Amino acid sequence: MKLSLKVNGRTLEAHIEPRTLLADFLRDHLRLTGTHIGCDTAQCGACTVHLDGRAVKACNLLALQAEGCEVTTIEGITPEGALHPMQAAFRDHHGLQCGYCTPGMIMSALDLVAREPAPSRERIREALEGNLCRCTGYQNIVSAVEAGARALAAKG
Amino acid sequence: MYEFQYHRATSVADAAAKLAAATDGKLLAGGQTLIAAMKLRLAAPSDLVDLRAIPELRGVCPDGDAVVIGATTTHAEVAASPEVRARIPALAALAEGIGDPMVRNAGTLGGSVANNDPAADYPAALLALGATVITHKRHIAAADFFTGMYETALEPGEILMAVSFPAPKRAGYAKFPNPASRYAIAGVFVAETAAGVRVAVTGAGPGVFRVPAMEQALEKRFAPESLAGLTVSASDLSGDMHASAEYRAHLVGVMATRAVRVALGG
Repeated sequence: MKLSLKVNGRTLEAHIEPRTLLADFLRDHLRLTGTHIGCDTAQCGACTVHLDGRAVKACNLLALQAEGCEVTTIEGITPEGALHPMQAAFRDHHGLQCGYCTPGMIMSALDLVAREPAPSRERIREALEGNLCRCTGYQNIVSAVEAGARALAAKG
Repeated sequence: MYEFQYHRATSVADAAAKLAAATDGKLLAGGQTLIAAMKLRLAAPSDLVDLRAIPELRGVCPDGDAVVIGATTTHAEVAASPEVRARIPALAALAEGIGDPMVRNAGTLGGSVANNDPAADYPAALLALGATVITHKRHIAAADFFTGMYETALEPGEILMAVSFPAPKRAGYAKFPNPASRYAIAGVFVAETAAGVRVAVTGAGPGVFRVPAMEQALEKRFAPESLAGLTVSASDLSGDMHASAEYRAHLVGVMATRAVRVALGG
């Protein structure tokens, strides 16, 4: 079945089986493997991407549900040869151990700071409710999001 | 996930026709329950009819003293809606507490109500507020809508279009969430409405239910102290690995008291 959508600013058309999940479409068809599949049961949030600007779990949506929408993945926020301020904050604050959950954490964090530019640590924890880190590095993740929000606000 | 045919409906009439033409069709809104169930092969519909491209099913619109919320409005949209926040803040707060942010950005009011999960939050709000479910065929009072575990009064092929929530004088919702899923282990919605006080419980039993004894006590005096000593019987409640029926019965009293406090602004 035909699918038309925008991924990371690029307009695309593809022919896919209806049962193709958005996460699989991004990874297997577009080779955008920064979107990770952790649990594949919509619990861990490693597959978080933005659908028309809001964070969603790509493993729990059909690719066809993104018809006509704008999808942004971790690749889409990363400048060529550099890091996005939120990515830099995760590196600076050691907001990752194995790194598997990081793309999802960053996409959730960016959805939060887009609506709340200066979130409290408590709000950050609430906003990351759907993102699990099995290394349990939550303290540093919260600090990273706090610093990333500050860096983005300073940048304007 | 098994194979299926996918259809994108352009109108409610189109969705009804496509659903009627399918062998074993299901409606798709946010898909936050259905897609997960299909991945586990707990559901294997022959056809999915996607409702999200139908503009009239989405959005919040004031209607006299009520707020009408379209079926494909997401939980995040309900939580952020200025109309809902102004007229029924308890409903906005309930929507803000469903699942996690990503689930709220995709999951819909209509999907949750039609699925009638015994631990879902919305059924308690519908029952306590005396809401009306609007389908493409008729209006159904919330009291007649939730008929059993995952069962509703919807007939095969009937499409839930919106829910109309009358604004209460005051209301509050409190839930004891499952720490992993955020579904209600026990959730209580208390509302003081034009028709009197209603107390509706979700999560604790096989389906949403009212507690007349608590309603009568709050009718006399709308205060947390009025609920002191009032409990529900554990015999009709659910017990599982997360909480025994006796513990859920206890939680109903605690959550009801908290919900009254919320309704009173505390």
